[in-house]
Amino acid sequence: MPKIESSLFEIGVLDQLAFQDTPLHRIDPRIKLITTLCFIVTVVSYNHYEFSALLPLILYPIALSASGQLPGAYLWRKLLIASPFALLIGMFNPLFDHSTLLQIGGLSISGGWVSFASIMLRFTLTVSAALILVASTGFATVCMALGRMGISKVFTTQLLFLYRYIFILTDEGLRMMRARNLRSFDKRGTGLKIYGSMLGQLLLRTMDRAQRIHQAMLCRGFTGDIRLNRQFRLRSTDITFAAGWLTFFILARTCNLPLAVGQFVMGIAA
Amino acid sequence: MHMADALISPAVGGVFWAATAGLMTYCSKKMRNSFESLQVPLMGVLGAFIFASQMINFTIPGTGSSGHLGGGLLLAILLGPCPAFMTIASVLTVQALFFADGGLLALGCNIFNLGFFPCFLAYPFIYKLIAGEKPTQSRIVAGSILAAVVGLQLGAFGVVLETLFSGISELPFSTFVLLMQPIHLAIGVVEGLVTASVVAFVWAARPEILEMAAGHAPAKSFSIQKVLATLMILALVTGTGLSWFASAHPDGLEWSMAKTSGKEELEAPEQGIHSMLGHLQEATSFLPDYGFKSAEVTEAAEGEAQHETAVVEEAEAWPAVDIGTSVAGVVGGSLTLLMAWSIALFLRREQKTS
Repeated sequence: MPKIESSLFEIGVLDQLAFQDTPLHRIDPRIKLITTLCFIVTVVSYNHYEFSALLPLILYPIALSASGQLPGAYLWRKLLIASPFALLIGMFNPLFDHSTLLQIGGLSISGGWVSFASIMLRFTLTVSAALILVASTGFATVCMALGRMGISKVFTTQLLFLYRYIFILTDEGLRMMRARNLRSFDKRGTGLKIYGSMLGQLLLRTMDRAQRIHQAMLCRGFTGDIRLNRQFRLRSTDITFAAGWLTFFILARTCNLPLAVGQFVMGIAA
Repeated sequence: MHMADALISPAVGGVFWAATAGLMTYCSKKMRNSFESLQVPLMGVLGAFIFASQMINFTIPGTGSSGHLGGGLLLAILLGPCPAFMTIASVLTVQALFFADGGLLALGCNIFNLGFFPCFLAYPFIYKLIAGEKPTQSRIVAGSILAAVVGLQLGAFGVVLETLFSGISELPFSTFVLLMQPIHLAIGVVEGLVTASVVAFVWAARPEILEMAAGHAPAKSFSIQKVLATLMILALVTGTGLSWFASAHPDGLEWSMAKTSGKEELEAPEQGIHSMLGHLQEATSFLPDYGFKSAEVTEAAEGEAQHETAVVEEAEAWPAVDIGTSVAGVVGGSLTLLMAWSIALFLRREQKTS
């Protein structure tokens, strides 16, 4: 429970980060969305034994969070909170895959460990890219960008609505929870029966609220559109941003940069 | 049971994105007529309700742990298939963006697993059939539990198949199924009980809400043919797409050749055009080799000796271990990280001074 409470608080933090004004925040949201998607596809397209070739891509989240002044410690914490599923599934790779893939000095590393490391690296890269997108753009703007890119209006309206009411309703849920906890001793009343009617109550209140909202919206001339006062214009910096990063992704994808650098250095040393 | 980006391949992610996008287009077409109705705010607020309900939990008797509502089936009962599907999609999108649950590429998979099965299969074909036109308390309970269990089992199986086809995880199919399905059986029963108790409460307090929902829902005009056709197309797309990738990938062939004729004769020379092409193929391989070799290992694991041969075979099927390459990879990797870090430090300093 405290976990959900704190993660809700953290939604607010992401939104606050999105209100900053840095070069990254000024980039057109559509461009950021496309670049993020390209980045994620690039990351997951690698062979599953690939680890070192993925490393250059770390530049993307690191450079973006630096230029967008996003706190690294905070992003790390969010990554850690979200990691259990990938960790759980990835953990089986070393168990099932024993054949040697790497040999460094006397140490031989099995394919399972390499692919496990690769999974965790992919996880870090993809999740941080998504977080950076929201932290540098803001949810409403991401929705707008989605709408501009052809996602159905029903869905973008739904997203905006949902986002607007999450805070209000979770607050209500939290209050009910606290009230019940204060009145229940030795876990009495925390069972399914009471829970069912509590949720039912919350649901009825929610539906009444929806009715009031709907009437208020109709009074204000709602025709199925949520209008946000924001204009998008592509500037040359946006194009450069996208082109630069896409070139980098292609470069990193087609040649193993760390291997080349390593071989070069070893050549000099030898 | 959110799929993560780290565990899926682009082909699987893409196929499910396409499937989800198709379903969404279908739904938004269906809902266009009702766009000015109460449905719009209702969907939005009920999506938020799912988040809010997760603030409140209850004690599961006998286990000491606590559970909360997942919400897919409840939304389907309250809103009908299409609006519920859109609402679940929006909830998962917010979770992916803010809670880092799942990921953007895996979002298609997640929406499909957690939205399609409860809304388009479990609700119309199980819950509606059992609860019927005039539900009673016991029919609601039976319908909810059965529908929730089936929906979650299908969803969990979806996760297993998506993971398997992506080939990032080495987890054998049988182990993964045995891991996922029982856990989700328990989750499904809990979810069914919770859904039943909420629906029963609403049914007792304000029956008109459920009637309104049933009236709103396009469930009556919902034809099984359409569902079947969609599934067929999906299966076709998935099948052809994946097999194309699989057959374009020569690793399976290489592997069987090594197995039948021994490795030495076929080993590629270390340098020259052959290895260059090999590198090119490695660099451009889109779908990782998802041979079913790991399942074979479990089968072989019954006998110790058999197991060893299987491991040897596996080792042979792989590219030869080149120590020089490994060391160069480690050195280069560290240097890359160092460079990325220094660029970031530079950017941060720039930001501070400007």
